[in-house]
Amino acid sequence: MQLIPCPWCGPREEAEFHYGGQAHVAYPEDPSALTDEEWAQYVFFRENPSGPFAERWSHSAGCRRWFNAVRDTRSHDLLAVYRAGEPMPEVLS
Amino acid sequence: MTSPAQPPGAHLPEHPDFLWENPEPKASYDVVIVGGGGHGLATAYYLAKVHGITNVAVLEKGWLAGGNMARNTTIIRSNYLWDESSGIYEHSLKLWEGLEEDLGYPILFDQRGVLNLAHSLQDVRDSVRRVNANRLNGIDAEWVDPAGVKEICPIVNVSPDVRYPVLGATYQPRAGIAKHDYVAWGYARAAHAMGVDLIQNCEVTGLETAGGRITAVQTSRGRIAAGKVALCAAGHSSVLAKMAGIRLPLASHPLQALVSELLEPVHPTVVMSNAVHVYVSQAHKGELVMGAGIDSYNGYGQRGSFHIIEQQMSAALELFPVFARAHLLRTWAGIVDVSPDASPIVGLTPVGGLYLNCGWGTGGFKATPGVGDCFAHTIAHDKPHPFNEPFTLERFTTGALVDEHGAAAVAH
Ligand SMILES: Cc1cc2nc3c(=O)[nH]c(=O)nc-3n(C[C@H](O)[C@H](O)[C@H](O)COP(=O)(O)OP(=O)(O)OC[C@H]3O[C@@H](n4cnc5c(N)ncnc54)[C@H](O)[C@@H]3O)c2cc1C
Ligand SMILES: [Zn+2]
Repeated sequence: MQLIPCPWCGPREEAEFHYGGQAHVAYPEDPSALTDEEWAQYVFFRENPSGPFAERWSHSAGCRRWFNAVRDTRSHDLLAVYRAGEPMPEVLS
Repeated sequence: MTSPAQPPGAHLPEHPDFLWENPEPKASYDVVIVGGGGHGLATAYYLAKVHGITNVAVLEKGWLAGGNMARNTTIIRSNYLWDESSGIYEHSLKLWEGLEEDLGYPILFDQRGVLNLAHSLQDVRDSVRRVNANRLNGIDAEWVDPAGVKEICPIVNVSPDVRYPVLGATYQPRAGIAKHDYVAWGYARAAHAMGVDLIQNCEVTGLETAGGRITAVQTSRGRIAAGKVALCAAGHSSVLAKMAGIRLPLASHPLQALVSELLEPVHPTVVMSNAVHVYVSQAHKGELVMGAGIDSYNGYGQRGSFHIIEQQMSAALELFPVFARAHLLRTWAGIVDVSPDASPIVGLTPVGGLYLNCGWGTGGFKATPGVGDCFAHTIAHDKPHPFNEPFTLERFTTGALVDEHGAAAVAH
């Protein structure tokens, strides 16, 4: 079981959290103006790196707040956690 | 006793014949296949056998079938919902039925049937719909009630007093299991015999293109020129496609499985339950083989979290109280490439001569012969085989998805 450091509550067991996939994917400002190709990219295509990945987590069985993390997908090491709305910290890979 | 003049082991019989050799890579090939799992090996086999294309290399960064091919729970079935899926999975099942003879190698293919359990009214409706769809496609399928489930697999707990009672199941009698590493070795041996180079410890680190066409791969063992390149890298597909500037709608997740100690034969079939997230069969040797759902997060580490195993065990115990005293022997994980509609992506790419086979996620072992055959056809003719034509990358833009979440939801 991984310990995930919630930026509000501190380290808690992974089972308290819900995964939200890639972070910083903004909803299109004018969805009806998108081409099919752009809409497909927004809906279906995400980064899937082997290495550091900025992603969303929700502390669903704790404070119930969403936050972002940079995690290395190879080692599962959490390199940084930060609150929603904060910029992604510089993280060395 | 060994005399001191002899090296240790000198009295032992000769090493058995190797099933393939380990050649040095040549400077160029007509076709380079990236990934020496089941799909890469099967593709090489059908390229050589059906299309006479033998100047082929399979490049594998580790050892042959060290990825998902030897980590899966070996369930083979073709009872998917949509016509597109029926086409390719049933084509595969038919090839499985003759594969041992075709390869001249034992693969322990055993058609012991699969039960997909229904635990809610919605499950029941979906299952019955799937049975009807399967039958219309000429695929063997029946709906069985709880008593029928008990008859097929007496150790399933069909009592109504459990948290998620068994309300019935779909049954595909021609489904079954095979020994996954034998399947890989059988394909490897046969491909090698037709002239395919199987190159292990050779990681592809770059894809070279010129004028919109693939020209070569860069590897940890040097540059290899290629007329065509076919990606069969399962969990690493996104990483490879990116080397050619192609984005894929995939997420790579850990998928775990486990085995118990060896037991007397107690489980005659395969049982899967989407709702409680477990699937179980008993291997020929006697271990209970169980899988669960994917870990929620993206991961390339070939390991997942322990609470997934705990949940899977509690689901297994509710369905099979008789397992309570079995000991868990080992757990492991593979990296599965999950697509948005739970269907694969097999076909051409925007780069000429570069072909894509990925997105099989939690369920591509069963497809090994079928996709090997169809992907080889796609590569040889630069045109999809009718069975993989629906599974394009473009479907995520056109909207022509093949939604198999119902038939594929739990891993299998
Ligand atoms: C736990 C588990 C249970 C499963 N159960 C089932 C089941 O019951 N039924 C079913 O149908 N399916 C099942 N699957 C899914 C199935 O195993 C996969 O869909 C299938 O094996 C994928 O095709 P493959 O055999 O070619 O993949 P792999 O064996 O993973 O082959 C891909 C190969 O590519 C290599 N590679 C990656 N990157 C590079 C590179 N840069 N250069 C060179 N080589 C590279 C990898 O090392 C790997 O050997 C399961 C999977 C897992 C993990
Ligand atoms: Zn919290």
